[in-house]
Amino acid sequence: MKEEIIIAGFGGQGVLSMGKILAYSAIMQDMEVTWMPSYGPEMRGGTANVCVILSDKKIGSPIVTRYDTAIILNQQSMDKFENSVKPGGWLVYDPSGITRHPVRKDINICRIDAIEGAARIGNSKVYNMVVLGAFLQVKPLVSLENVEKGLAKSIPSRYAQMIPLNKAAIEDGMKNVEIVSRA
Amino acid sequence: MISIEDIKKPENIAYRRPALLTDNVMHYCPGCSHGTVHKIVAEVIEEMGIQEKTVGICPVGCSVFAYNYIDIDWQEAAHGRAPALATATKRLCPDKYVFTYQGDGDLASIGTAEIIHACARGENIVVIFINNGIYGMTGGQMAPTTLLGMKTSTTPYGRDAKLNGFPLVIADMIAHLDGTAYITRQSVHTAPAVRKAKSAIRKAFEYSQMGVGLSFVEIVSTCNSGWKLSPVEANKWMVEHMFPKYPIGDIKDVPAGR
Amino acid sequence: MAEKILMKGNEAIAISAIRNGVDGYFGYPITPQSEVMETLMKEKPWETTGMVVLQAESETSSINMIYGGASCGKKVMTSSSSPGISLMCEGISYIAGAELPCVVVDVMRGGPGLGTIQPSQSDYNQIVKGGGHGDYHNIVLAPASAQDMYDFIDWGFDLAFKYRTPVVILADGIIGQMMEKVELHPMKPRRTAEEILKAAPWATTGKTADRERNIITSLSLDADIQEKFNRKLQAKYAVIEENEVKFSEYLTEDAEYVFVAFGCSSRICEAVVDGLREEGIKAGLLRPITLYPFPEKEIARLATQVKSMMSVELNLGQMVHDVRLAAGGKCPVGFYGRQGGNIYTPEEISAEFKKFNGLE
Repeated sequence: MKEEIIIAGFGGQGVLSMGKILAYSAIMQDMEVTWMPSYGPEMRGGTANVCVILSDKKIGSPIVTRYDTAIILNQQSMDKFENSVKPGGWLVYDPSGITRHPVRKDINICRIDAIEGAARIGNSKVYNMVVLGAFLQVKPLVSLENVEKGLAKSIPSRYAQMIPLNKAAIEDGMKNVEIVSRA
Repeated sequence: MISIEDIKKPENIAYRRPALLTDNVMHYCPGCSHGTVHKIVAEVIEEMGIQEKTVGICPVGCSVFAYNYIDIDWQEAAHGRAPALATATKRLCPDKYVFTYQGDGDLASIGTAEIIHACARGENIVVIFINNGIYGMTGGQMAPTTLLGMKTSTTPYGRDAKLNGFPLVIADMIAHLDGTAYITRQSVHTAPAVRKAKSAIRKAFEYSQMGVGLSFVEIVSTCNSGWKLSPVEANKWMVEHMFPKYPIGDIKDVPAGR
Repeated sequence: MAEKILMKGNEAIAISAIRNGVDGYFGYPITPQSEVMETLMKEKPWETTGMVVLQAESETSSINMIYGGASCGKKVMTSSSSPGISLMCEGISYIAGAELPCVVVDVMRGGPGLGTIQPSQSDYNQIVKGGGHGDYHNIVLAPASAQDMYDFIDWGFDLAFKYRTPVVILADGIIGQMMEKVELHPMKPRRTAEEILKAAPWATTGKTADRERNIITSLSLDADIQEKFNRKLQAKYAVIEENEVKFSEYLTEDAEYVFVAFGCSSRICEAVVDGLREEGIKAGLLRPITLYPFPEKEIARLATQVKSMMSVELNLGQMVHDVRLAAGGKCPVGFYGRQGGNIYTPEEISAEFKKFNGLE
């Protein structure tokens, strides 16, 4: 098993930390992981993306151009990454702010209105966890139990009280993800 | 009649070379201040009984071979970098007495960043700064401390402020920094001056173990070969020309409340 | 079971330094390696192991702090990135000349000049061939993962003290910035004063009555003495070349084509090899783990086995010259590289490989 994931959106949406929590959760499941952010001027435009690879074997190249899953949170990222999803792969996106929705027929597409989800939880900071929940629903690579452990490892201990809230957000995302089309 | 052996009795000894000065013949020019300063540094270390706890850092300049003359452990720094070596040495070995011995080219020109930041950080080290207004080792070029009008091999018509800028008065500059504890300017051209310089160096060494910050002893010195003067004339020239720009005395003594 | 932590390569450097009994870190901020000092400052090791951490006023100063700390027989290290390493090269030459042990981490970015802040491998020549003045070598270790970053600190200090020589961990922006799983080994305490006296009897620990004074210097004005010293250094390097070469191989046993790549490039080339193997092309990979000493013998051996080799580097062709020297004309040696912070994809390398070998 090897899953190559790109998570892309605006800075401030929690793209990097979502990737980190996913990666840490996979470690708790004894998997190998890489977490490779884009950094430098690319980040200055306000977009942020991170490539996360989960594998049950040692990971070779951390640099990939085709992804099993793309998690897309803004229009720029949709334009950039829709075509890099492998045929049969998944595209998970948040439709808010998206003016041109994905059109590919050879991939699986699902959407999650994570702003609404975060509002239901009552904390805008858990937006990214709602998205993560949606991803885990369609790609159950890591058990919820290990995600909880991953959360505990990723969140600074002074924010430990936030873990149940994050877990609730993940569950919300799992429940409310909407399959748009299948390959 | 008194025999020579009677005269040589220990109780009659008025002066003895410090035990910490090695037998190596010094390479310094006759009349140079370095030999005297080396001697008083050796005396201070000896009198304080801290040979086993002292690390010296040599510069690049005439005193690059200071390690040949004083019998302690030494590090030879790259040009100007002695305060960086001393910083690490003192922080890693806080029980040691750590001092740098630097000339004006080394400290006030290429090593300006290192000395200023060591002062700003308040490193608990001793800096002995030999200021003779010239690059001695490389053959008498202009130093940052060269006086206006002073002739050197790179200012053959005299230092001109328009061409070469103004002399750098380092001790006064660093006196403004909160990390410095003790700043004094001394000389070694007369016996009383030597005694004062020695007690200043001793005070600096003592302060360095008190955690009060950096201690800086500037010795306004002669370079008679670079200045192209006899030793006696050089001392006279120093008093007449160097002292007005670099006045002798304490500039700052925080532990003493000054 | 050892604890497994998700961390950046840069963080692994810092955590490893604390856990492996390093005495001091002296550095200056520069992208893409600032996390090293940031992590150390956050961890406050001076309160636990007693490790000293200091932000210097420049790279020039930090490398000279390393000189001073190493002179005391302490385990001291610094880290920087390409332009900062250029500034440090003077100091590294002095450290080599004074035969002092230390570890320097270079997380390479694109150059020349101020360059870019993205990953690169363009300091190969600078670090492997010298950088500073004079006839000297650094031992150069090329990590390819966050775990390597963690492990190479301890290995680097072992080599540094064994040979009294600077060791450079030559990483790149990818290895520094990427997070991976890192297994933490048991803590090693810092050396005691007695252990330092034993490990570094040459150090400036204070002159005692039972020995001559210790002088740390790289100066000798006498040509004959300097030449004798330089020959002694070369003899030391010969021992290093004989004993310390380290490399890893991937599917080279039956390979007809071999890639040679270090650091992040070796990871990317692994994917290239996998892809070519799927197409029925017998490709393999040699990854030099030590860049100095270089795995010349293994490359020479492979050169008689394969149809061609290709050196893949994030620069304009630096290591390739060493590969060609080692191959000794026994097989063609190609090169593919990207620069300035651009990173090649496995597909791109594969296409270049096929072009070079007429396999399109």
